[in-house]
Amino acid sequence: MASQKPAAPARTGFLSPAWLKSSGDGWTLLLMIALVCVVLVLISGQAQNNLTILQVAWQQNIQLLLDGLFIGAIFALAAYGLALVWGVMNVKNLCQGEYVIMGGYIAYYLYDIGIHPFVGLPVAIVFMFGFGWAIYVLVIRRVIDRDLFTSLLATFGIAIVLQQGLNLIFGPEVQTARSGLPTATVTLGGGAFTFAWIKLTAFLMCGALALAVVIFMKRSRMGQAIRATAQDARAARVMGIDTDRVYAFTYSLNAAICGAAGVLIAMIWVIQPFYGITHSIRSFVIVTAAGFGNLPGVITAGLGLGVAEQYSGFVLGADFQQATVVGMLLLVLIWRQIIENKHRRVVE
Amino acid sequence: MIGDRIEKPVYVFLAVFGVIAPMVFPAYVQQIAMLWIMIVFALTWDTMGGQMGYNSLGNIFFFGAGMYIAAVCQIWPWYDVGEYTDPSGILNTSFTPDQYFLGLGLGVVLAALGSVVLAAIFGLIVFGLRGPYFAIGTLGLAIAAGELIGAWDWVGGGGGIRLPVFPSGTDADPLFRLPFGDLQSADLQGVFFYWTCFVLAVLTFLFLRWLYRTRFGLMLNAIRDDEAKAEALGVRTQLYKTVAWSISAFFLGISGALFGNIIGFMEPLEVAFPTVTFGIFMVLMALLGGKGTLWGPVIGATLFHIIKEVTWTHLLGWQWVVLGLLIVVTVVFFQQGIVGWLQEKRPEWFGIEVDRGTAGQRADAETADALEAARDAAGDVAGDAAR
Repeated sequence: MASQKPAAPARTGFLSPAWLKSSGDGWTLLLMIALVCVVLVLISGQAQNNLTILQVAWQQNIQLLLDGLFIGAIFALAAYGLALVWGVMNVKNLCQGEYVIMGGYIAYYLYDIGIHPFVGLPVAIVFMFGFGWAIYVLVIRRVIDRDLFTSLLATFGIAIVLQQGLNLIFGPEVQTARSGLPTATVTLGGGAFTFAWIKLTAFLMCGALALAVVIFMKRSRMGQAIRATAQDARAARVMGIDTDRVYAFTYSLNAAICGAAGVLIAMIWVIQPFYGITHSIRSFVIVTAAGFGNLPGVITAGLGLGVAEQYSGFVLGADFQQATVVGMLLLVLIWRQIIENKHRRVVE
Repeated sequence: MIGDRIEKPVYVFLAVFGVIAPMVFPAYVQQIAMLWIMIVFALTWDTMGGQMGYNSLGNIFFFGAGMYIAAVCQIWPWYDVGEYTDPSGILNTSFTPDQYFLGLGLGVVLAALGSVVLAAIFGLIVFGLRGPYFAIGTLGLAIAAGELIGAWDWVGGGGGIRLPVFPSGTDADPLFRLPFGDLQSADLQGVFFYWTCFVLAVLTFLFLRWLYRTRFGLMLNAIRDDEAKAEALGVRTQLYKTVAWSISAFFLGISGALFGNIIGFMEPLEVAFPTVTFGIFMVLMALLGGKGTLWGPVIGATLFHIIKEVTWTHLLGWQWVVLGLLIVVTVVFFQQGIVGWLQEKRPEWFGIEVDRGTAGQRADAETADALEAARDAAGDVAGDAAR
């Protein structure tokens, strides 16, 4: 057939240069994002003032970039957990952010009774692993082979239970678990920005955790079983893998990863019972943008989201930070749709 | 078929209940008015989720949009909206009955039309999304709307809008000499909005009852059962989906306009775009009653509202935890809902004929292996679709 076009390109990740080059839609979308930003900036005098500040006191950019990268790494960690559950079990876990916040509250609770948050990290990992297992046995196992909306709604229900439960136990105040590490003010070219050692420490811990998970997935017996199940659950069962156990382990591992991310968040940022939904949306944005099994994509998207949030929070005002996250979600979904349309056109 | 036999008595009972309720239970007028709004919520969600298979978590968007459009329409003809919503409250405002009812009428009409326009615009974006992406996308839409309105000072920002006060009964307006007798202003407001909510619920129900029996209803079901096939057969799915969403938006917009005026105060996150309360109630009510049926949402909404009103205040803060558990339990163990369960147990009541022949064959095939294989195949297909 002469009119047949070459096969559709393989699924590519966010910010993949090869894909951007080959697609007009990608640039259209980037243009759209730029336009939205420009319009937002133009309508707001406050935003213009803030942009001027960024130009004059350019050290502020370093501050925003560093903060964005440090916090973005933790977003990427939680998103990696979601990608795992989504890719292996095909469950869209809407209580992802609540697990993060739960981990944070474990660290906060320990801090409150006088135990250093660093100790909270292993405690949160172990506790959340067990909690994830319990949730799997009670709920997720029963919805895993039902339609996708079922698992989505069931996990949304769990999210409501958790956030309201945390609200009853800890109250609605914003909390943080102080690590006691020093904060340095760095003077550079006539301006200054602050540098908190805890943020760097949390960043390194985050990297170490991610590395541990990746090595676990590559080397350990269970990691191999998880990857086998992700590729073909039926074949894995034929080969003697207990897929139910694999699912339980995957889900618990995700909860543990989220718990660890939550401890880090509690140390460098703030937690509140109702902040979970934003974390869930962040994870969805990152995974939808990067695709599963695409670790570099998850990291890039996570860091990018962190920086974008810091900048919009500074330029547009703190009111817009959450709106930015949700706006990113809508943009990523539109983006996905454009890719799908393109794919469809090629197939046709 | 039992449906035909009990249909008329049920309609008569509901009509009589709706009419006499404010006189028999004067203390519960607002609660019963809320029941009618809840029924509208569940019915309009089911148009999308049950009949068309598009499970939206963000239908509450139109509720909030309608509320804000109506509020602006009620204020804008007489006062500057920016000054009116100024949190310092320097503007001294009062509305004559004429101004109030003209504004309210205008507000309700424009809330409905505005919501339809919004549905048509956002339909372009969200209807390319399928399954869970659609649910998350619509949820994002509702959350984003709440956040952005909260940052928009012209409509009061996070502080919200205090709506015009219902005119007091002492004005010599003919409306007040209608069947209400000499009621105080607050009671009068309750009764007035009771009637508007009741009429809204009845109109919604009758319209959807008619709609589901037309070709249009069949098209929606075709989209639910297999969208790709429906499209291949020439159904203009995008058009039908957008129109169905616009219908939901129309009634939700009106319900938002009325609800804002019942409460008398609105703010973006808790009242206008409450994604985790009303937004999830509507899904739960439709599932509880049985989605994809006409009566399911009505039964689910009634049951849920009664349980909620009776138990809520006794749970001392744990009510939201209970709500979450109710969602999980309903979704996991009782997804077919009350009407769905009845249809399964007593198909003859609904005039559904069960073909015993196929049922027998299916029983034969129900060995563990076959089930396993079918489940795997289904899982693979779902997985591919998700990717």
